[in-house]
Amino acid sequence: MPGNLSQDGYLSLDELRSAPGVPSHDRMRRGPVAVIECVQEIPCNPCEAACPHHAIRVGTPITNCPVLDPEKCTGCGLCVTQCPGLAIFVVDLSRSGETAAVTLPYEYLPLPEAGELVDVVDRSGEVVGRGRVLRAATTRATDRTAAVTVEVAREHGMNVRGIRREEVDGNGHDR
Amino acid sequence: MSVVDVLVVGAGPAGLAAGIEVAKRGGRVCVVDRNLEPGGQLVKQIHKFFGSREHHAGVRGVDIAAQLLEEARALGVTLRLGWEVFAIRPGHAVDIVQAVADDATGGAGDAPTERFDARSVVLAAGAEENALQFEGWTLAGVMGAGAAQTLINVWRVRPGKRVLMVGAGNVGLIVTYQLLQAGVTVAAIIEAAPRIGGYGVHAAKIRRAGVPILTSHTILRAEGVECVEGAVVAQVDGTWCPIEGTERRFDVDVICVAVGLHPNTRLASLAGCRLVFSPALGGWVPLHNAFLETTVPGIYVAGDAAGIEEASTALEEGRLAGIAAYERLRDVDAEGHAEIAAIQRRLDDLRGGPFCGGIRAAKSALQTTGETPCPAT
Repeated sequence: MPGNLSQDGYLSLDELRSAPGVPSHDRMRRGPVAVIECVQEIPCNPCEAACPHHAIRVGTPITNCPVLDPEKCTGCGLCVTQCPGLAIFVVDLSRSGETAAVTLPYEYLPLPEAGELVDVVDRSGEVVGRGRVLRAATTRATDRTAAVTVEVAREHGMNVRGIRREEVDGNGHDR
Repeated sequence: MSVVDVLVVGAGPAGLAAGIEVAKRGGRVCVVDRNLEPGGQLVKQIHKFFGSREHHAGVRGVDIAAQLLEEARALGVTLRLGWEVFAIRPGHAVDIVQAVADDATGGAGDAPTERFDARSVVLAAGAEENALQFEGWTLAGVMGAGAAQTLINVWRVRPGKRVLMVGAGNVGLIVTYQLLQAGVTVAAIIEAAPRIGGYGVHAAKIRRAGVPILTSHTILRAEGVECVEGAVVAQVDGTWCPIEGTERRFDVDVICVAVGLHPNTRLASLAGCRLVFSPALGGWVPLHNAFLETTVPGIYVAGDAAGIEEASTALEEGRLAGIAAYERLRDVDAEGHAEIAAIQRRLDDLRGGPFCGGIRAAKSALQTTGETPCPAT
């Protein structure tokens, strides 16, 4: 997947590799972990307060990029719905079988239901396969941002960053 | 005639914050806004804001407006909604006119006017969208991104079925996302610059939703008889000239223009404030000192009206202007004022990072233009 954030609007694999919020592949194989795809120095830090395990650090100045401590992170996913940029995901490559679980922030209505089959898309919006929705959770604290967990083919754990459903988001019914 | 300590123009984040600070200190303050609904642009910002906790990070803009309004009302800030300032006379006599008829008057007869005797004035009238001229730009369906955002988020009306967004700054990216949320298709975003101007995370949201972003592209014309039926775009070269043979047509019924904002300087100009041109701040801007006082003593400026920035900086500037505008009346040494110093520090932090570098420099350049705006109180 090519890509360059300021040119194409999404992160290239190179950019991801050097991001301080992205854990190693090895860590993802050990269990669910946050993947923070935030590499620009913008003034923002709600992720830091969202983490009950103190696994995310922004510090001062507030324009620092978030740094993830992958050993402290439990993959609980509380940060996923708190990031105003919708840039945090949880990836779990520890599942048995050939699947991965990806938790992503989702702000389209209606929410998907557990068990629903959806197209899954990569960072560029290309459909890379089908996935099964495991959960779609909102609480008062998530303030209308849902955390949707989708089961995808294992090789797409680090590729899938969205779901596409007919008749829901504006571009869902048009291609 | 009503007498107030501070008259604030604009009930957006800067104006409400200014009103709150004056009222907190026991001052009589009135906030005038031409709209019936207060909150400025916040009322249509349905996304979660960036920043830190003290800037309401993670809270949706529309909810920040509600919080500010509740605080202002609890503190006794007077709001004059649907009224517009039409004159600022020497000595801060401010004339207002009812711009939007309320149910009581029904709009019959001459619009009522009223005069305020204000000891200080804070101009927080926000920004206006830049226009873009191209063939067909007057067709129905060509609109500012702000108009499209008002339609979907305030009035719940879709502006059309398929949109071409012109401009990949934060406004273009955010409004694109919100159009998608409203069930509108966005065919593409075009951007004349070779790079996306807005935050990468905003771009990433709409890219994974399937919206292409074409950098180094401009709009050549809107096509249609009575309304927009299509848009023709082309790639541009390094000198911004369209490259022949690269034309592409998009089948769209709406063209949204998101090519930047400029400060609303009309009242500042009317009041005789000296304006300076600052590209980084969005164009002409009232010259102001570190306490946001303009070249006319007692007239302050805050928020986008003092240079295009974010809601978080507008809130901070509003607070600062409110404190400075009120405290000057009591001869408190603003320079020694701890609260003002703390706000100035927070503003400095917000203006850090590569995305805001130009703003910090431009703001401090205002203070070194060789002209003393108004001696610091």
